[in-house]
Amino acid sequence: MRRLLILGGGTAGTTVANKLRRRLAFDEWQITVIDRDRDHLYQPGLLFVPFGRDEAADLVRPRRSVLRNGVQLLFAEVSVVDPVRKVVRFADGGAAGYDYLVIATGTSPRPDQTPGMLGPEWRRSIHDFYSYDGAFALREALQSFTGGRLVVHVVDQPIKCPVAPLEFAFLADAYFREHGLRDRFEIVYVTPLDAAFTKPIAARYLGRMLDERKIRVVTDFMVERVDAEQKMLVSYDDREVDYDLLVTVPLNMGADFVARSGLGDELNYVQVDKHTMQSVVHPDIFAIGDANDLPTSKAGSVAHFSSEVFVDNFCEYVEGRAMTHSFDGHANCFVESGGGKGLLIDFNYDTEPLPGHFPLSRIGPLSLLRETKANHWGKVAFRWIYWHLLVRGRRLPVPTRMSMSGKHRPNEEVRS
Amino acid sequence: MTVVNLADAQIHVDSEGFLTEYSEWTEALAVQLAAQIGIQLTDEHWKVLRFLRSDYPAHGETATLRRVSTLAGVPVKQLFTLFPGKPAKKMAYVAGLPKPRGCV
Repeated sequence: MRRLLILGGGTAGTTVANKLRRRLAFDEWQITVIDRDRDHLYQPGLLFVPFGRDEAADLVRPRRSVLRNGVQLLFAEVSVVDPVRKVVRFADGGAAGYDYLVIATGTSPRPDQTPGMLGPEWRRSIHDFYSYDGAFALREALQSFTGGRLVVHVVDQPIKCPVAPLEFAFLADAYFREHGLRDRFEIVYVTPLDAAFTKPIAARYLGRMLDERKIRVVTDFMVERVDAEQKMLVSYDDREVDYDLLVTVPLNMGADFVARSGLGDELNYVQVDKHTMQSVVHPDIFAIGDANDLPTSKAGSVAHFSSEVFVDNFCEYVEGRAMTHSFDGHANCFVESGGGKGLLIDFNYDTEPLPGHFPLSRIGPLSLLRETKANHWGKVAFRWIYWHLLVRGRRLPVPTRMSMSGKHRPNEEVRS
Repeated sequence: MTVVNLADAQIHVDSEGFLTEYSEWTEALAVQLAAQIGIQLTDEHWKVLRFLRSDYPAHGETATLRRVSTLAGVPVKQLFTLFPGKPAKKMAYVAGLPKPRGCV
């Protein structure tokens, strides 16, 4: 029996396990997923939890229930990978050998990395929404927040779902408006970037949307520490931003065992070839989803598109053939903008998000970089697609490679 | 892309003045580039610049502040002192590397 070990049963790990189980013979291949806990979380739903919306339902399913029969599931905390002996060691002293290893342990918010963030005010006046407990704690905090300054803050790039903090700011604006309380609140968006977003054309659209909603933007803000007592963010160049309620996106880092195993960069992301997701050091190790250092978004859409490429390549690789498929960095994200509308952005390594229609030119039905109700319903429908098609490893009706069909460059000149 | 004369050499730069050819950079050029943004290079600056230059070819991207801090051992706070205001951009400018791009 040949042994494939997949570390992490999230979006990427589950998708790949299910796809490969259909491609690799049962009598030749053992496929095992290892995760530290039982629940698979629908992470895109967390954004809606603080606002008490219906979109927040059906967030959690048992990992076992979304893995195909014939995929083994083990619960263990990985301590270290020994790539020379081809063994994964666990915190409880156990170990598992492999012929091929896929690292899909994602990225996690690390409030411990910013002085002052964790402490008595954590989940009281300082919140995050990228975890199940955090999102529900923030719901309570928002319900009892009667007025003042809400600061939405990003510590550093890269972060998982890079548009989520912008969406949070839009949804907070809409939430206060719906309750007729907008004038009691000030919303400030604090970012380490020099604009609302990384890519110039999208940054301009999104920046305009922040302006329209009277959300002030503080740019180039590299946070050094949080002064939880004085309720302020302090930057390395000694600027200060006061808050009454802080919603922060802590530094994102890959799993610590990646660093211990000598496989990671300074943020514990596994260094891989950006077209094949193969480790640059050990050819029998691949890293998929948020766990790798691909220069594109850390997002479920990237996990999905790159998984299709990875699975085709992997089947060639284990037969001793050259890998013939190449990932182009394709990502797309719905951007919820409040009031039942949303945007869609679609891009890759070489092409920034552009306006137009998706997936079909002129027909859509979705619009790129434009607020529409259809995009919002696309985002809502995506939960069903996620549970029933995406992580099951079934094909989605969107192309794996990004297409220029339906996109156009705006006429205005853009500085890159 | 524009060609400019600096430190007795012709160099290729983009619209914001960042060098576009890795091999056109010299230490003499770095002194001139730094002077243009009001920085006089000290040993501490050189430690950062040499790390950036050696890291780029293998890594394929200009190192972030956090990467410099972790791998070259220069704290972020000090990077703000050495290259005041926008250290990530200024470091890249003087080291003759592309402007750092935050990943999407």
